[in-house]
Amino acid sequence: MLDQTNTALVRVRDLQMHFPIYSGLLRRQTGAVKAVDSVSFDVMQGETLGLVGESGCGKSTCGRAILRLYDITGGEVTIDGTDIGQMSQSDLRTKRPTMQMVFQDPQASLNPRMTVEAIIREPLDEHTKLSAAEKEAKVGELMDAVGLNRRFAKRYPHAFSGGQRQRIGIARALALNPKFIVCDEPIAALDVSIQAQVVNLLEDLQEKYGLTYLFISHDLSMVRHIATRIAVMYLGKIVELAPRAELYSDPLHPYTKALLSAVPEPDPAIAQTRERIVLQGDVPSPANPPKGCNFCTRCPAVMPVCKDIEPTYQEVTPGRFVACHLFETTGTAEKTAGYI
Amino acid sequence: MTAATTNTRAVPESAWTRLRRRKMAMFGLALVILIVGAAILAPWIAPYDPFEQKFDGLTMFGEPLPPGGAYVLGTDLLGRDLLSRLLYGARTSLIIGVVANGIALVIGTVIGLTAGFFQGWIGAILMRFTDLMMAFPALLLAICLAAIFQPSLWIVAFVIAMVNWVQTARVIYTETSALAARDFIAAERTLGASTPRILFKHILPHLVPMIIVWGTLGISTTVLLEATLSYLGVGVQPPTPSWGNIIFENQTYFQSAPWLVFFPGAAIVVLALAFNLVGDALRDVLDPTLRGSD
Repeated sequence: MLDQTNTALVRVRDLQMHFPIYSGLLRRQTGAVKAVDSVSFDVMQGETLGLVGESGCGKSTCGRAILRLYDITGGEVTIDGTDIGQMSQSDLRTKRPTMQMVFQDPQASLNPRMTVEAIIREPLDEHTKLSAAEKEAKVGELMDAVGLNRRFAKRYPHAFSGGQRQRIGIARALALNPKFIVCDEPIAALDVSIQAQVVNLLEDLQEKYGLTYLFISHDLSMVRHIATRIAVMYLGKIVELAPRAELYSDPLHPYTKALLSAVPEPDPAIAQTRERIVLQGDVPSPANPPKGCNFCTRCPAVMPVCKDIEPTYQEVTPGRFVACHLFETTGTAEKTAGYI
Repeated sequence: MTAATTNTRAVPESAWTRLRRRKMAMFGLALVILIVGAAILAPWIAPYDPFEQKFDGLTMFGEPLPPGGAYVLGTDLLGRDLLSRLLYGARTSLIIGVVANGIALVIGTVIGLTAGFFQGWIGAILMRFTDLMMAFPALLLAICLAAIFQPSLWIVAFVIAMVNWVQTARVIYTETSALAARDFIAAERTLGASTPRILFKHILPHLVPMIIVWGTLGISTTVLLEATLSYLGVGVQPPTPSWGNIIFENQTYFQSAPWLVFFPGAAIVVLALAFNLVGDALRDVLDPTLRGSD
């Protein structure tokens, strides 16, 4: 996991995903929900980038937009050297094997009318010309790799537990030897005891196949366990991106601080001394975000400038990115620095 | 674990084997076969000519004969044997109930599926057209169509199909748009599956139960629609019998000769019920998530 070669497998630049709002008699577009608004980041070869944030902040939309499950509003997405941002869906089909996805709800993401074998074979049917026997062998291998008993190949998804179903979903994602996998809250629908198993499986597979993950989650403890670097999202924007250790020990953005203070502390002695930051108010609507900084309506450290000017997302110390006026350097030189 | 252990479960039972175990389904299937058989064999098993006005088919006062005696189910207002007319009428009604209804199902499914999956302007145009057809009085449309073409059995079947597909299209549209938003379809897209594959391999199988239910419900609707058309003079032309037109010819005499309405009515109910039983069982048997629960 740590053998990073420091090359970016995935480059996301100014990604925008706006969903139009139509209203009135003529169904004219009257606005847009800015689910993802100018998000930029890189995912390095072999790393796990954690993407965290509260419900509705746009993290899942971001993951799906990167894989072009939506037609994105703007921005660039480069995966393995190819810009797929504006590629047509038919051209995209040939690129699909490189990038795969593990879904949140394994029950919903598996076709209930297909056997496990057929589900895992689906990508092979679509993209390879293997013979039936080769496909069967490959399905068997994949089932072994994710820890499913081959004897269950002819069963239907409803006969499995949540954790096993997620393993089926992972096997399907692995079938085409992808380089990049978006894990969209892969453990959120599972029991706590099963969560660890699935996360460990994902880690083992990463090591074995040299995978790169974008790990979307709202579970900060789990992200801390699996991620190399972590990006924090709030209302469609990334507010902070930092290596795991730095982010947890010294969060910079006020939102990150508040978010981390909400993580339950198992040690009561430490819990007593800890200061819990409780944010006031609700998240503004992404259809009508506030002027200036998106967080200015709830920020404990709000300044007059925050309500006027949107902070720039910039590198404050090497490897650490923050979008906050508290850390804004006076010069404009840094603003043009590359994102890492 | 070795590769040799892959196949340990017994060969899955075929849908037919599982269907055979369901008594009600078998009963329904027997009824279907009976009705179809009766329709095909009508010239041989009918006791009398269905068109002949029997000399002894009416009482001295010109009233139709009640069931029993030489005419098992009685005679109609013109003294024709009701049983023979029902047997011949089965041909018409089956063609209407199965063919017209089948065409309507296919049209409805294709339109609903296309509109529901592609949405956008294709979906908007198709569904506005469906709404238009739904709002337009079906009977009036059928009369117009039937008046334009020379009424014959096949034209009537076509006309009925043209007005009967709308409900199916609506229902299939709603179900398809719900299915298209499900995660397993998103998963197929991430795998790079082609659109025809998603449509026919992943969405259509989920619509089969609904299609079966609408298909069986449509049988009685279409048979009765044919009767309405016959009544208005644009359906199957008399003296050709159909279950529907037997009812309509005789409904005004319901009080004095109830059997003339009861028997063809019962025949329609039995036909619909038989298809319903078979359809219901088929739906269950074809759904793998219900396997083992019977």
